[in-house]
Amino acid sequence: MTIDYNLLWFVLVGVLFAGYAILDGFDLGVGALLPLIKGDHDRRIFYNAIGPVWDGNEVWLVTGGGALFAAFPNVYATVFSGFYLAFMLLLFALIFRAVAIEFRSKEPWPWWRAMWDRGFFIGSTTASLLIGVAMGNIVWGVPLDERGEFAGTFLGLLNPYALAMGITTVALFMMHGSIYLAMKTDGDLQKRVRSWINPLIIAFIVLFSITSMATLLYVPRMTDALRANPWLFSVVVLMILAVANIPREIHHGRDWAAFLSSCATMLLLMALFGLGMFPNLVYSSPHPEYSLTAYNAASTEKTLRIMTIIAAIGVPIVLAYTASVYYIFRGKVKIGPDSY
Amino acid sequence: MSVEILSRLQFAFTVAFHYLFPPLSIGLGVVLVMMEGTWLVSKNPVFHNMARFWTKIFGLIFGLGVASGIVMEFQFGTNWATYSRFVGDIFGSALAAEGIFAFFLESGFLAVLLFGWDKVGPVMHFFSTCMVALGAHFSAVWIVVANSWQQTPAGSHLEIAGKIMPPGYALQPEDLGQARMVIDDFWAVVFNPSSMDRLSHTLMGGWSAAAFFVISVAAWYLLHKRHEQFAHYSLRFGIALALVASVLSLVTGHHSAVGVAKNQPPKLAAMEGLWESGPDAPLHLVGVVDEKSSRTTGIAVPGMLSVLIGGTSEHPVTGLNDIPLENRPPVNATFQLFHVMVAIGFSLIGLACWGCGLWAFGLLDKPENPLTRAFLLICVPAVLLPQIANQAGWFTAEIGRQPWIVWGYLRTSQGLSAVVREHQVLTSIIGFGFIYLLLFALFIFLLNRKIQHGPENREESSALPESWMKQSRA
Ligand code: HDD
Ligand code: HEM
Ligand code: HEM
Repeated sequence: MTIDYNLLWFVLVGVLFAGYAILDGFDLGVGALLPLIKGDHDRRIFYNAIGPVWDGNEVWLVTGGGALFAAFPNVYATVFSGFYLAFMLLLFALIFRAVAIEFRSKEPWPWWRAMWDRGFFIGSTTASLLIGVAMGNIVWGVPLDERGEFAGTFLGLLNPYALAMGITTVALFMMHGSIYLAMKTDGDLQKRVRSWINPLIIAFIVLFSITSMATLLYVPRMTDALRANPWLFSVVVLMILAVANIPREIHHGRDWAAFLSSCATMLLLMALFGLGMFPNLVYSSPHPEYSLTAYNAASTEKTLRIMTIIAAIGVPIVLAYTASVYYIFRGKVKIGPDSY
Repeated sequence: MSVEILSRLQFAFTVAFHYLFPPLSIGLGVVLVMMEGTWLVSKNPVFHNMARFWTKIFGLIFGLGVASGIVMEFQFGTNWATYSRFVGDIFGSALAAEGIFAFFLESGFLAVLLFGWDKVGPVMHFFSTCMVALGAHFSAVWIVVANSWQQTPAGSHLEIAGKIMPPGYALQPEDLGQARMVIDDFWAVVFNPSSMDRLSHTLMGGWSAAAFFVISVAAWYLLHKRHEQFAHYSLRFGIALALVASVLSLVTGHHSAVGVAKNQPPKLAAMEGLWESGPDAPLHLVGVVDEKSSRTTGIAVPGMLSVLIGGTSEHPVTGLNDIPLENRPPVNATFQLFHVMVAIGFSLIGLACWGCGLWAFGLLDKPENPLTRAFLLICVPAVLLPQIANQAGWFTAEIGRQPWIVWGYLRTSQGLSAVVREHQVLTSIIGFGFIYLLLFALFIFLLNRKIQHGPENREESSALPESWMKQSRA
């Protein structure tokens, strides 16, 4: 049997970005939720809930970027140079967020902490929004020229569809983050956090329905794969079940199961996204023939094979110690001398 | 200003900022392993106290390294899109491997290192410290391999729209976007002619940076009579590491220079300001290069360059006059930066030997002794020297590589993003300039506060986490 390495790497790059969305998604969500609570002690609980893991979560983005560069250099080059200002904004947001987490606890002064709280909130929310906007544009299609270079403008990227996708992403991450926080908090704070979950789920479902309608109406090609293979509708059904399962688990006090459900929701969302896009990585509109696909934008098969070996060695090790870290830091957050 | 100049400025600025932190992370990782390992063996709480203090400093430095590193990962795509298409088949794998093998390792175990003191036992904690140090070294491996391949490409060939091109083919403007390097042999890429020399040299630069950082802080405490026991031991760890690192910097740097002479003769000629080819090439100790009149004036040792490169003064060395104008790097900048690095290299060896001498004669703890006092006074600001040498070293290597972005294949001016406009790059430079200056000021402020505050001075052993106390009593 011959392996279709282009397909394999389409999936693997997708898995890396899905891993990023699932993991960094909750800590971005925690940042977006921060202003909802007052008081330094409770806020510190929020920071320390993600304290040991946020850096590792962000590495999924870094590695996803590296994998995209290696497997589909043309996509990496076109997207990052084409979305130049948007990416610079994203980088600024991620920098601010990283240093806000790092710097906040270093000084006790209220103005200092308030300043970094703001940085953390703005950075997290902007990053979530921009990630969603980028996804929205990829779904909608962007103008490419015959060399595969971006031929649009920065403002063109801020179209209503992409913005709707951005807002949906913020809601999704907030929902995901609130469930994570329910796992990591206790007492009064946990009660408050739990009370946010249902409204956030509803907000997400409403927004998601709106963007889905828009997709069906204006981007019907995203559903071509579903229509050609009706059994794929099971993915949609599973996703709906996963979302619906969240309030049930919360109700029964099984926060961790709710969190897993939320992770599954995101994974299935990414799967739908991938199914809709394949084989395109960047869809060119109005000239679909210039689209960048898993076949015309890829590295040579030799490189893809080498990368497969690297991934086969590296990924199991990475998963093993990522799991150990989450295991070591399981349970409710306690503030200690080494905490943020 | 053109997009080219602006993009180069932005890349140089952001990478130079990033590179303030990695050398310290690489070296401090080693320091932490030394300290915690000593504690595990000796069970003397002062070593635990040291490990804790330096871990906190490490965490701060690491955080900035991460924040500035993410920018680097994406800048190839944003500003150097044509270059990214050209090298993706080779360069991308190294970046991806860095993520998988290095960054995950570092960030995962960093959590245990920083926050795990009372969650895991001492042995597991020590293991995590070792893994963080290893991860930092791994990330140097992959990024230096990638950069070295672009200095001395190997294991690959040039293709244009799928057609294999003969070696030496000069890319035409219409080829850009169609042309790419294609991999033949992964191990030949990894072990390209310059990678091992440059990797070992870069790592020694990192060890030097951390060694002199530790020495500087300890010297300052000793001069101010604070935390004396802590400073006493920290100073010794620092001096031991400094001696190893500074001597090995010379050895590996010499190896690199021999390699440059072989693989990138124009760069070596620029580093030494050598114009005439031939045997008996002189070695300049200091000097100025006048690129207009093709002359280098200064103090030189006749024939010494030939001796260093080839072992005998008969050895011929290529001069700039034999290199076409369009293939020459900026000569004076390369020359001066290289000489700054080498001068610092010898000063560091001198300082390390001085410290070892004081140690051997039992004078290190006597700040009232004039020799010791002078040593400590010099060591406090000497923390800057390895930082300057590290930056100067990279600038030498990168400016000396010009006008090529991929040596012999692609010129820097050909690697730009086709669709990025001047005002966009200008906006991002201003953004980075503003943010980095702010971060740098805050970083220095916090670092200074941490050092002023010093290690925790509680009852010595109470610094141990509870669960460990039982073990160390048992
Ligand atoms: C993995 C690749 C890589 C690595 C590790 C580095 N560089 Fe580099 N550097 C490049 C890849 C590169 C590049 C992408 O190839 C650039 C962009 C423009 C160019 O000419 O080469 C470059 C340009 C470039 C320039 C501009 C040269 C000029 O325009 O004359 C400077 C000053 C540096 N770099 C400095 C550094 C420093 C201080 C580094 C230390 C971390 C460093 N580089 C690491
Ligand atoms: C221009 C090329 C470079 C790129 C693209 C790059 C990329 C990155 C990225 C994305 C991170 C953050 C990883 C995380 O989130 O944990 C990082 C951190 C790091 N980089 Fe770089 N880097 C470059 C240059 C270098 C060089 C030249 C070295 C060393 C020789 C180096 C060593 C490190 C180390 C040790 C870290 C860990 C964080 C720290 O030390 O503070 N990098 N780099
Ligand atoms: C003692 C004498 C030294 C010599 C003869 C020397 C030699 C060299 C040479 C020839 C290069 C260029 C390699 C290339 O372009 O491929 C280089 C680069 C470099 N040097 Fe040095 N060096 C010395 C000391 C130092 C010291 C003390 C440091 C830092 C503490 C340092 C840090 C660097 C760095 C970071 C680079 C860039 C990475 C690389 O190209 O290897 N060097 N050095």
